Amino acid sequence: MTSAGGTAPPATVAQLAQALAGQGYLADEGLATAGYLAMRLGRPLFLEGDAGVGKTAFAQALAAATGAHFVRLQCYEGLDATQALYDWDFPRQLLHLRAVEAAASASGAAPEHAALEASLYDRRFLIARPLLQALEHSPCVLLVDEIDRADDEFEAFLLEVLSDAAITIPELGRIAAASPPVAVLTSNRTREVHDALKRRCLYHWVEHPSFEREVQILRARLPEITQRLAVDVARAAARMRELDLIKPPGVAESLDWASAVAALGASELDPDVAAATLGAVLKYREDADRVRTTGVATLVGA
Amino acid sequence: MAGRGVTGALVGFARTLRRAGVEASVERVQAMLAAVDELGVTTARGAYWAGRLTLCGQPDDLPIYDAAFAAYFGDGRAPVHRPRTAHPRPARLSLSLGAIPGADGQDEAENVVALSASAEEVLRHRDVAALTAAERAEVRRMLALLAPGTATRPSRRYRPAPSGRIDPARTVRYLLRHGGEAARLARRERRERPRRLVLLLDVSGSMAQYSDALLRFGHAAVRRRPTQTEVFTLGTRLTRVTRALRHRDPDAALRAAGDAIPDWRGGTRLADSLGAFLDRWGQRGTARGAVVVLGSDGWERGDPAQLAAQVARLSRLAYRLVWVNPHRGKPGYEPVAGGMAAALPYLDDFVAGHSLAALEDLVEVIAAPR
Repeated sequence: MTSAGGTAPPATVAQLAQALAGQGYLADEGLATAGYLAMRLGRPLFLEGDAGVGKTAFAQALAAATGAHFVRLQCYEGLDATQALYDWDFPRQLLHLRAVEAAASASGAAPEHAALEASLYDRRFLIARPLLQALEHSPCVLLVDEIDRADDEFEAFLLEVLSDAAITIPELGRIAAASPPVAVLTSNRTREVHDALKRRCLYHWVEHPSFEREVQILRARLPEITQRLAVDVARAAARMRELDLIKPPGVAESLDWASAVAALGASELDPDVAAATLGAVLKYREDADRVRTTGVATLVGA
Repeated sequence: MAGRGVTGALVGFARTLRRAGVEASVERVQAMLAAVDELGVTTARGAYWAGRLTLCGQPDDLPIYDAAFAAYFGDGRAPVHRPRTAHPRPARLSLSLGAIPGADGQDEAENVVALSASAEEVLRHRDVAALTAAERAEVRRMLALLAPGTATRPSRRYRPAPSGRIDPARTVRYLLRHGGEAARLARRERRERPRRLVLLLDVSGSMAQYSDALLRFGHAAVRRRPTQTEVFTLGTRLTRVTRALRHRDPDAALRAAGDAIPDWRGGTRLADSLGAFLDRWGQRGTARGAVVVLGSDGWERGDPAQLAAQVARLSRLAYRLVWVNPHRGKPGYEPVAGGMAAALPYLDDFVAGHSLAALEDLVEVIAAPR
């Protein structure tokens, strides 16, 4: 992806949608409006939706479309400040200390204590983790992915960083962002995120795309496939979503499926090819069984 | 700034929404006004999205929002689909939880039961379905004192410890402070955290006499660990009552839960509502590695094979799956009824939940490591 560095931010929702389309991301009206408001109001955008509907891809496309730096923070249980914000590079500090000592004993002069300590806590010994990176690069899109996996204490901490767009490092002082990062938070709803955090966010539920849009997405992301194949895959995926499966396919799975079929050299989806490539789109044995009993032919038929 | 008339209309709309059950706090309303300024309200769609993005906070809010918007501003909104898994908001319904049929008439004579220690012990083992009003109040008081906690799991975080693996960061910091002398090695061990507790409680008609006690047990669990406990009710549909049970006072919490449950004492579609839980919550992570307690009599109208399939799914996700069946406590009960027999092979524990003592046992079962 190329950075469009220095481009003016989109002035309307339609312009943002167009810029996103330029990055191969076809956003619907609600999502484009949400992204536009997140940038204009300086509020974090909280995205929920089924897995594979393009929540993460949206943040990446938003960064590319607005020429902003992209920083991703993947959340997991036990994530803490040293992994999310910053950490001191202890081994390098230690090396530095040894080097100063060696130089001092060679020259015979004892190093000056205060100056030594100040040099130990220099910016170059600070490892910037995603949140600090997002504050140091402006403009920036910060993706906080799967916030529901982090502990609830982490939410309070994130809230503080996002609302100030600045942090204070005891040894260095305050580091503030030139312009606050555009924050995109995603959640899979494994637990309820705290109200205090949600209240400050714009909320959007990301839907599966409509049939027409899915065809467009397949064509835009996979230029090598035929229109016929894109239509077949989108139709079959839409039917699978009606089937009450354990994991209904998202756009991510449709894309995988279409490229798997294309890799076999097929230009359309016939029942044999579909049956052979079912593993690209359905990831549970129960789901595959269900589709087979319903009949792969009825799924891919026009 | 939006004109005064527009602002008034929008604030009025937010009030309507609040009454319909969407939170729409003051802060959210201010965000909506700012969003309307950005988008302009010349089109109804601008107002629609400005409100929806700022006032709603969860998938359940969206259908309410759509309906309220249509009612308030006319149907100029964009065609929006409901999230696949969102259930329509249950209609508000008031019911008095105190009245358990069959247990009331006989309490006049025993209204002043003086509970000595031995009486309390007897009460402990009485079936909750056969209590007088005064006894029930006493059992409820004791239920509120339960503190169910779950087995622990090692967390990703470490804490300083006298023995264990070497902690590089703290060791190096120690070195820095002492001019590079490695005089002491700092050590660390993994912290332990409680596992999530998920209670799935059957509130259908056949469980009517026990669901009050089980919900109170749920309340005690939620009060113990508000962020690590989830409570759902099963009946003809799935309802999440965790939020309602966060009330401090047990009676207020149960009233709120009663308002939220649309299918109280209705029929049972156990397999379907269990499937809905797994699709919407369980599979995504709520049940993963959690202690899951299923409170039901296993009375399933549908195909037992379907129930078995869902229970099997649940047991693959959960750390420990406990089935609480009030009939288990009755002499001569054998789990041969279709649903119960089909689910049995997938359970880690099968316990009774018919009396206070049985629920106290349940606390121990939940806390036990596998």
